[in-house]
Formats: sequence, C-alpha cells, structure tokens
Amino acid sequence: MAAQRGWMNNLFLDTGSTSFTEFVGSYAPGLLPGRFESAAGSVAHQIPHATTIVAATFADGVVMAGDRRATSGNYISQKDMEKVFRTDDYSCMGIAGAASTGIEMARLYLVELEHYEKREGRMLSVEGKANRLGTMIRANLPMAMQGMVVVPLFAAYDEDAGTGRIFSYDVGGGPYEQTNYASIGSGSLFARGALKKLYREGASLEDTVLACVESLYDAADDDSATGGPDVTRKIWPLVAVITEDGYRRLSDEEVEAYVRQVLDRRMTEPDGPTAPLR
Amino acid sequence: MSMPFGYVSPEQEMRDKADFARKGIARGRSVVVLQYENGILFVAPNASRALHKISEIYDRIGFAAVGKYNEFEALRLGGIRYADINGYTYDRSDVTARGLANLYAQSLGMVFTESRKPYEVELVVAEVGDAPEDDQIYRLTFDGSVADEHGFVVMGGVADTVAGRLKDRFRQGMPLAEALDVALGALTEPGGERPPVSQLEVAVLDRTREHRKFQRLTGARLERLIATGAAGAKPSAEPTVSPDTGDALNGGPGESPATAPEGDIDTGSGD
Repeated sequence: MAAQRGWMNNLFLDTGSTSFTEFVGSYAPGLLPGRFESAAGSVAHQIPHATTIVAATFADGVVMAGDRRATSGNYISQKDMEKVFRTDDYSCMGIAGAASTGIEMARLYLVELEHYEKREGRMLSVEGKANRLGTMIRANLPMAMQGMVVVPLFAAYDEDAGTGRIFSYDVGGGPYEQTNYASIGSGSLFARGALKKLYREGASLEDTVLACVESLYDAADDDSATGGPDVTRKIWPLVAVITEDGYRRLSDEEVEAYVRQVLDRRMTEPDGPTAPLR
Repeated sequence: MSMPFGYVSPEQEMRDKADFARKGIARGRSVVVLQYENGILFVAPNASRALHKISEIYDRIGFAAVGKYNEFEALRLGGIRYADINGYTYDRSDVTARGLANLYAQSLGMVFTESRKPYEVELVVAEVGDAPEDDQIYRLTFDGSVADEHGFVVMGGVADTVAGRLKDRFRQGMPLAEALDVALGALTEPGGERPPVSQLEVAVLDRTREHRKFQRLTGARLERLIATGAAGAKPSAEPTVSPDTGDALNGGPGESPATAPEGDIDTGSGD
C-alpha cells in the first residue's frame, strides 16, 4: 500500500469525522474563511458590510427577511445584495457584518450540514445545527477583533416540535435561542422596536411577512446603512419562509405585493402602523 | 533459467484477483439503475435499512454499489468528500459524475494492482442532466474499468439474467411508476414473488426537483408507486414500446463492459 499513502491526502483511507469543516481544515486549510489572523490593523471601514436581518416565527414555521444593501463606510457598495441563505431544506441563515467573510461562512455552513446529512443518512437536529454555527463564529473571533465581524441569525423549522425556531449569536459564538422574533445588524434596534409592536404570536404567514417588511422599512428609515425598498429599480427585501414543506424564497412579485402595501400606507402615515395604546 | 520458488506470473496473479473479486460480487443481490421520464431511478433489494447500497453524492449525482459493504462505503465517503470539497472550492455546477468516475477508477485500479486483495465491489455513478440526453451513467468495476452506459445498468449477483429481463421491457421516457415496475419485474424471477416494500431501497435523481435532485422513495409513497405501476402493467399490450428501442441502447447489457483483464480492454478512447 506504500504507493497509496498520501495519494489524494488519503481521501479514501482516512474516513475521518462527519464535519466538513474539520476535513477542509486538514485537507486544504487555506480554503477556510478567516484564517489570515495577522491583518495589520482594523479593516472594518474598508470592506463592505451587510446590514439588517429580521426573523419571526408564525403559526406554521418561521420567516426571515433581509434588506439588500451593503455599505463600506458611507459608500453604498451594493444595492441588491442577498444576505439570507438557504442552508438546508429546513433552515436558513442571514448575515450581518463583514460581507465577504459572511458569505464564505454561509457557503461553508451549507456544505457542513449537507456533508453530515449525506454521510450519516440523517439530518442534524436543530440544536446540533445551531451549535455547529456557533463553533464556526467562534473560530472567526481573531478576525472579528480585526474588524471582520460576522454575526449570523439562524432560523430553522423543527420537524419534531412542528414549530419555527430562531437562534442569534455574538462574535464569540452562541447560540442564544430567541422566542418569537429577533433581528441583527446595524438597523436591528429599529427593526426590533417595530417588530415588538407589530408581532402577533401564532399569526398567519401573510401577517408575519408584512410585519417583517414593515420592520425593515423602519430600520431603513432610521439607519443609513439599511436599504429601503428600491421602487425605481424594483429591488425588494429578500424574504424566506420555512415550514413543514421546507425552505422557500418568496418570488419578487410576491414580495413586491407586500412592499406596495407598506408603501401605500406610508404615503398617508409615514411612520407606519401604530400599536393601540390602551 | 530457473524460477524462484513460489513465483506467480503477473497474468496469473491478475486472473486470480479478478476471479476472486467476481466471486465476491456475484454473492450479493442485483442492483438496477435505469433512466425514466424525469431522471434516473435506483432500485436495490436490501433487507437492511441502515446499510445503504444507494446514496446521494451531490446535487445531481447519485451512487449505487454492490459487493462488500465496508469497501464501497469507504468509496462512497471518499466520493462525498471529493464532491463537497470541489463544489466548495469552485462552484456547485463544477462537480461532475465524470470527474468522480475517474477518481473512483483511479482508486479501484490502484487497489486492484497493488494490494493483495482487490475490492469486491461494482459501482454506478449517475448524474441527472437538464434533459434525458444529458443524463450520464458510469459503471465501474473492481479493476478500475469505466463504462459509459445508456438506458439502464444491472450489477451484482445474477446481473446478466436480470439485464436480459430488463432489456425486454425497458423503453426510453417511461413514467416513474412504470420504470419501477419494470425494474422490480426484472429483479424478480419469472413467477417468483416480488420483494416486500420493507426490503426495497429505492431512490431517484429527479431533474424536476430544486437544489438537490436525489430523493429516497420510502413508505407510503413507494407503496403507492408500486401499486400504480402494477396496475399500469396489465394493459401494457398497447403498442407503446417501439420495436427498435433495444438498438437505441448502445452498450446495453448485451455488450457488457470490461470487467476483468480478459474482458475488452478499456482504451479510454470512448468507443
């Protein structure tokens, strides 16, 4: 077997663990995101940042929505960025922070979940998926200290419990399970305030998507790094829904209908719907 | 010139290894892989629900194997790693069945020539395309030969007999239920009883699915499909089967692929 040793880095002989990330780490470590730990200084203001993501559970699952803007300082580097990623049939993640590292992390995480599923013939539990993402965020901590902060929001449909679940993270990892709704990114404070007033437990899909779109509008209203709906270019927020039937990204036409509803109302009430005080 | 004691000529050694591998493979039950209307169907009689003979490798690529479980399982895991690392390094569309088949051929060939015991396995790597013409089915044998198949492949135990029965009823573009019925019919001896649903492993690469095309068919859905197929098989006297389908399948099981040194030599020239 002498000639076989080292061939394709023992691809067939060393069957290793179920983690794709571990495999990449030993096979081609240069492919992992965020391994160049000695950036000279903070690069935070020079690289595009992804901004606001919101997620909310509803009667049949969970909704995640994100705006489409990426910024580098005061410069809008992309108008139609997609920050919500399908990670498997029953989960998705949204990213805020350094866009490049975030996208790479989402790509790696997708393969990580799929790799486990194909090897083991079963899907990871929702907790397992959430923990795994936490480890990946923690691994990025040295980069985060250099300004390449990535914070994801993770949403999944729990097939055993029959409900949607949301997990948030900080730069050191996580996960922190959130009840009902959560938001991340620069506009998250405003989005969270709006969701707090608009969210209804056990609401329909339509109402929950509408609440998410309203909250993103509020975030864009008060945060310069969050993009509002771009009516002239027809760029709408990205809305993903996960139910028993799996992950589905709403089409542009569907989202446009929700956005038009929000815009029509704001023509007369610029601050959007108000919650009853008494 | 005197030969050292215990000398075995390379020819003899290869022949012995090939015989050994062929015997090992022939002990298992057959696996059928065939094209249908919307993709590629895999059918394997398999009493175990834990040890799979059929598996997903990547978005459009499926894997089926017969022979020794631990050996083809190692190949399956290596294949998944190959596909995942390539898709991650480049793009998901850059992972192809052809690349994977080549890698398997390399590995199988090396084990066959260099290790004392060859792998007792036979594999199919199939990739579903956007149209039936783009479907690719590669059959790999224990010595590393690759055959590019069209229509259907049978491997394992009584492969030639099963392939003969399959050839009689196979036609291009069958609906799923009919294709499944044809496969089960071929896997069952005439007059014999078909294996129960609990002892079948069935999966498809369905080109109409989004993202990942591979799907296992189990439980109630599989039972319904089998029932539909069996019901549809009765009035099959209608002349839907074109008489010359058999010829359209170049490289059908009649001219089966090189399976050993004494088989046709795989020149790699594609014909």
